[in-house]
Amino acid sequence: MLPYLTEHFGNPSGAHRMARSSRAAIDDARDICAAALGFDPHGIVFTSGGTESDNLAIHGACGAQGRAICPETEHHAVLYPVEAHNGCFVKVTETGDIDLEHFETLLDLDLSIISVMLVNNESGRVIDLEPIADLRDRFAPQALLHTDAVQAVNWLDVAAAAERADMMSLSGHKFGAPKGVGVLAIRKQVGITPQLLGGGQEAERRSGTHNTAGIVALGAAIQCLHESRASEIERLGSLSTRLAEGLTAAIPRCYETVPRSHRAAGILQLVVEGIESEALLVLLERHDIMASAAASCASGAMDPSHVLAAMGFERAAAAGSLRLSLGWCTEEWEIDHALEFIPKCVEQLRGNS
Amino acid sequence: MTRVLVAMSGGVDSAVSAALLKRQGYEVTGVTLKLWGGAQDQGCCSVSDVDDARRVAQQLEIDHFVFNYGEAFERHVVGPYVEAHASGLTPNPCIECNRHIKFDALLDRARQLNFDRVATGHHAQIVGTENGPRLSRGADLDKDQSYVLYMLSERDLKMLEFPIGHMKKTEVRELANELGLRSASKPDSQDVCFITASEGRGRFLSERLNLHAAQVVDIGGNNIGTVDAVELVTVGQRKGLKLGGNVGRSYAVEVDIPSRRVVAGSAQDLLSETVELRDHFWTGPEYQGSVAVQTSAHGDPAAAHLNADGSVQWTQARRKVAPGQAVVFYLDDAVIGGAIAC
Repeated sequence: MLPYLTEHFGNPSGAHRMARSSRAAIDDARDICAAALGFDPHGIVFTSGGTESDNLAIHGACGAQGRAICPETEHHAVLYPVEAHNGCFVKVTETGDIDLEHFETLLDLDLSIISVMLVNNESGRVIDLEPIADLRDRFAPQALLHTDAVQAVNWLDVAAAAERADMMSLSGHKFGAPKGVGVLAIRKQVGITPQLLGGGQEAERRSGTHNTAGIVALGAAIQCLHESRASEIERLGSLSTRLAEGLTAAIPRCYETVPRSHRAAGILQLVVEGIESEALLVLLERHDIMASAAASCASGAMDPSHVLAAMGFERAAAAGSLRLSLGWCTEEWEIDHALEFIPKCVEQLRGNS
Repeated sequence: MTRVLVAMSGGVDSAVSAALLKRQGYEVTGVTLKLWGGAQDQGCCSVSDVDDARRVAQQLEIDHFVFNYGEAFERHVVGPYVEAHASGLTPNPCIECNRHIKFDALLDRARQLNFDRVATGHHAQIVGTENGPRLSRGADLDKDQSYVLYMLSERDLKMLEFPIGHMKKTEVRELANELGLRSASKPDSQDVCFITASEGRGRFLSERLNLHAAQVVDIGGNNIGTVDAVELVTVGQRKGLKLGGNVGRSYAVEVDIPSRRVVAGSAQDLLSETVELRDHFWTGPEYQGSVAVQTSAHGDPAAAHLNADGSVQWTQARRKVAPGQAVVFYLDDAVIGGAIAC
């Protein structure tokens, strides 16, 4: 991406030679994304990230009158836009799967869009879109199906997993591109109302000067991801399983929030009863373990997890949630380190309270 | 190295506190409490205050955390504040926040995390006596906050530091300027953090409570006016009572929520010889005898006698204390305890 911050600095929307080299790089990235995601290149809309992509999908599908639904466990970048369109929230089961019976009752011929994430960002729960798409086809065939694949792209072949989806959101920084670039992939026949009006970039669907370097990086990153994903899933899946087994064995009253069979390879969420994760994170940091509890709020404080609440966890148990993420740079010794210190920190908190 | 957790509200007092501790060689960690997610334009602990605290921490090169005590704040401070108004009391939410959040939940958390000390930017001092540590007034009597800290136990005081308690506010600001701290000229916070100046207490309570109009009667029971919301009337208040033209200067003397009635009277009718109290707290041993008693955050202390039944007997009759207000007992400048007015 570096040349696109220096010698290829032209605005890709320009008409001159400098513009053309930038433009070509964006078009290449678009082709790479399309192939990796299983969409037509014309359907790739570059955005500023996952939040913008989710907003564009939902606001863009609903327009002024439309109605949206999504599961209660979605990211707030989906929950809030859905709420803004008289949305209803679909219940989930205690393992984080969609409650299909409840989902069916919410489907009707007025619905504009259904948004269901492929992999939950907090719990790592993998959702199968097939039964959702089947019910959509039967009871709300006019409704678009959007999936937030921001977390999924590392852990699933999203082209296959989202084959039935009409739109898919991605965020570059989740797979090695810089922060500030994302994608909304849209099927050919789907029309959406643009939310940013201006110069008409991205086929009138997202105005604004292209983030050329970011887009180039996103293309390169998705290419790398495509090549390494299968082996990384295997490697990190076995590391995270070892971590899960080790922690649940070493820490009393500690358990995984979703079944291993339905968990993404690199996301491990645990509930540790009798502690507050806010305190645990401070201790873990002293041992160079940078973890998370649930989702961060604007102030940097941890908000109580709406995902665990939706799955039926008691508030007190959910207060002890711990989210451990693994990625391409995670190594074996780091798992050993985590297995050594996380139980000690939990013990310290329980002993001091 | 001694590990200190400094509660940083985003204001200048706690910023200077953190700076002083760092200068003294402590290992300092900053923490800001996220307490309230609703509308807010002042007070401490809003998102913009968190930003200010974080920027100061960056400047001081200390670690900074944000702890979310929003649920506890709702449970222990905001909810009881609303309930108190519903039953005709005049609560002090800052005291309940100190009692349940800053000097309970936060101190517990600090102990859990093996911090040796906890510091805040309050204008108050901790003095060692042969009977143990005691809370004392801040050196700047205009800014003294010992009243809102009366609930601190000996155990709490042993863990706490008030690094600017010996300083005048002007000195705090001068030092902040000298150190180039970003919050040097930030205005003092005054009001309840979850109530906005623009919308006020009435608007806030009306969203959580049914407010009722009420009759205002004189001491003899004759109707002399009305009030829009009996739940907002505080004993001693004069404004907001809609009285007939020929009624002289009157104050709320009694608030009766169930009968939706406010009794109004003259300044003379408002005087009382005693204050009945509940929920006593003693820093050290329980006490009877002569004390100075303070009944509001910046009120003047007055001479009184603490009776065996826990009530206060004024040396000279004083205005009634609104039920729900904290009443704090001092021997000289040292807090010996406090209670809530019945």
